[in-house]
Amino acid sequence: MSASEQHGSEVRRDGLHGTAPGREARIGARGGRKAGRGGEMVPPAEFRSYYGRSVLKAPVWESRDIAGYFFLGGVAGGSALLAAGADLTGRIGLRRSTRVAAVAATGLSLAALIHDLGRPGRFVHMLRVLKPSSPMSVGTWILSGFAPLVAVAALDEARERLPGPVRPMIAALGRPSGLAATVLAPAVTTYTGALIADTAVPVWHDARRELPYLFGASALAASGGLAAATSAPGEAAPARVVGIAGALVEQACDRAVHKRLGMVAEPLSQGRAGRYLTAARWSTRAGAALLALSALRRSRALDIAGGTALVAGSLFARLGYFHAGATSATEPRYTVVPQRERADHAAKTGAGG
Amino acid sequence: MSDDNPPRMGFFTDTSVCIGCKACEVACKEWNAIPDDGLSLLGMSYDNTGMLGADTWRHVAFIEQDKPLGRQNNAVIAMPTGATATHASAEAVHEGLGQKHGSELGTETGAIRPGPLPGGPMPAPVTPDGRKELRWLMASDVCKHCTHAACLDVCPTGSLLRTEFGTVIVQEDICNGCGYCVPACPYGVIDQRKDDGRVWKCTMCYDRLTAGQEPACAKACPTDSIQYGVLDDLRERAAHRVENLHDAGVLEARLYGADPDDGVGGAGAFFLLLDEPEVYGFPPDPVVTTRDLPRTWKHTALAAVGVAATVAAAFLGARR
Repeated sequence: MSASEQHGSEVRRDGLHGTAPGREARIGARGGRKAGRGGEMVPPAEFRSYYGRSVLKAPVWESRDIAGYFFLGGVAGGSALLAAGADLTGRIGLRRSTRVAAVAATGLSLAALIHDLGRPGRFVHMLRVLKPSSPMSVGTWILSGFAPLVAVAALDEARERLPGPVRPMIAALGRPSGLAATVLAPAVTTYTGALIADTAVPVWHDARRELPYLFGASALAASGGLAAATSAPGEAAPARVVGIAGALVEQACDRAVHKRLGMVAEPLSQGRAGRYLTAARWSTRAGAALLALSALRRSRALDIAGGTALVAGSLFARLGYFHAGATSATEPRYTVVPQRERADHAAKTGAGG
Repeated sequence: MSDDNPPRMGFFTDTSVCIGCKACEVACKEWNAIPDDGLSLLGMSYDNTGMLGADTWRHVAFIEQDKPLGRQNNAVIAMPTGATATHASAEAVHEGLGQKHGSELGTETGAIRPGPLPGGPMPAPVTPDGRKELRWLMASDVCKHCTHAACLDVCPTGSLLRTEFGTVIVQEDICNGCGYCVPACPYGVIDQRKDDGRVWKCTMCYDRLTAGQEPACAKACPTDSIQYGVLDDLRERAAHRVENLHDAGVLEARLYGADPDDGVGGAGAFFLLLDEPEVYGFPPDPVVTTRDLPRTWKHTALAAVGVAATVAAAFLGARR
């Protein structure tokens, strides 16, 4: 009791002494677990704050737009890579479906990105500068280069329906454009991880090591799944492999985040984010299993079921990480507790005690 | 920076002399023509702005604690509570004023010796929840104008920029409302104005600075809790102030944001606090997010290579 009075927040009006409002039951929920950093125990759950209010500002982004944009960007990048592979190995059906997926996802992701701007009409201001210190700036430039390439490659699929004079030009540019897109495509799938990691949001910033791998793998799962679901079973073998590999790596990265982040990982398993990530986990596992089965049986139905499950799993994972980030920014605990620990540690070791 | 630039200017907010009058909030709103964002009773002592935001560029925090301030012995503990026109209170006042009776202000006699009342029991707690002492912390929060500013680093349009005074401002004709700076700020300062779409924050009254004036909040502050000046001078002055307070027994006095070696390279607006930063709603050990970006980029590039290699391997393996 006296300890809680010493360390607790100063909120007294409604009798809150030790904790932020509504937090009591949660504290120490993962108490038995060792925090990742240096193997210390879980940091003290008690912390002080200004009336339990957040220190940080939560992102102003709409989850539909921005989590959707992360998901679609992943589909776009992965599909462009699959399209190039299909093109080079003569899998015409797979090439067609992945080229169409790439251009559709790119278009939608750009639309979502622009729609989320406070001033959509000023989107072009993004192209005033190129700043390596801003993943959003770098990403916008990557997407701006990527979009026309996948568009030309997709036009190549609709060659017959194009007006006569453009037809030979598109036919000549189709393959080079599709191959050129593969230079940017991998970055399209992973830069969004750097984008959210480069914020003060505790879950995102602390997971900066895993997020690019997690997002890249999630992109492979989604695009592999989509390609498997939309192409003939005879051609879908590489798509299945990509989808399954993505699913496995995504699960491993997700587990690594939970382990390494300690108490900061709590929002990933609570509330809306927790539900999304649980759904993502099961959906991704089911999808990978179904596609593995289909690899043996070559079944269209299994491809569609497994592929759809992988696509859904990737979408849920992005939504889960998005919402967990927002929660970790809103609740002062995830900002104050790790920083207080760090500050106390620095005070103990440095400056002569 | 070239030599003809003015020196880096800053704010030193000495919360130990803040009286919570909110003149800074009002002056800021008036000078910068910031729209109304509600005036509500939040149940947080006298705070009715809550936190910094797009339309609150100065925010006065109020914290009530049952602690004495330094060696100060809170007068209420020694005074009889209840009605004042009693024999007991007259005794207490007489005791305090000593020889000088009512001829001088009590504060100038130096004779008040707070303590238990002679003969009586310890006074009852002054509040129903048992507090016997009260200190009231007030602090005027503002954008920190960081040396390494995350908002400026992540801005994809170049709308956020550093001025010749070393401050950080938003160019409102450039901002397209992408919102990246909002979660990037380690102090939760910058925010989006909902009906407008763009982000807004303290400019340290850039327009006034260019005309050789001090910012509106510093001008309006009646106790000089907000001091504006050359940052180096302010840091020196602040260090002296901390020493003085320590000598006066206010051992909890500390500077926040004054260290050029901290996670943001030192703040252009720093504070003298009387408790831990988180009590005022500040992050205890903020770090500019872009400090870790080079390593994040490396992981991003590695991950991209991994993605490409996975797809390539899938096609090579499936070819047969």
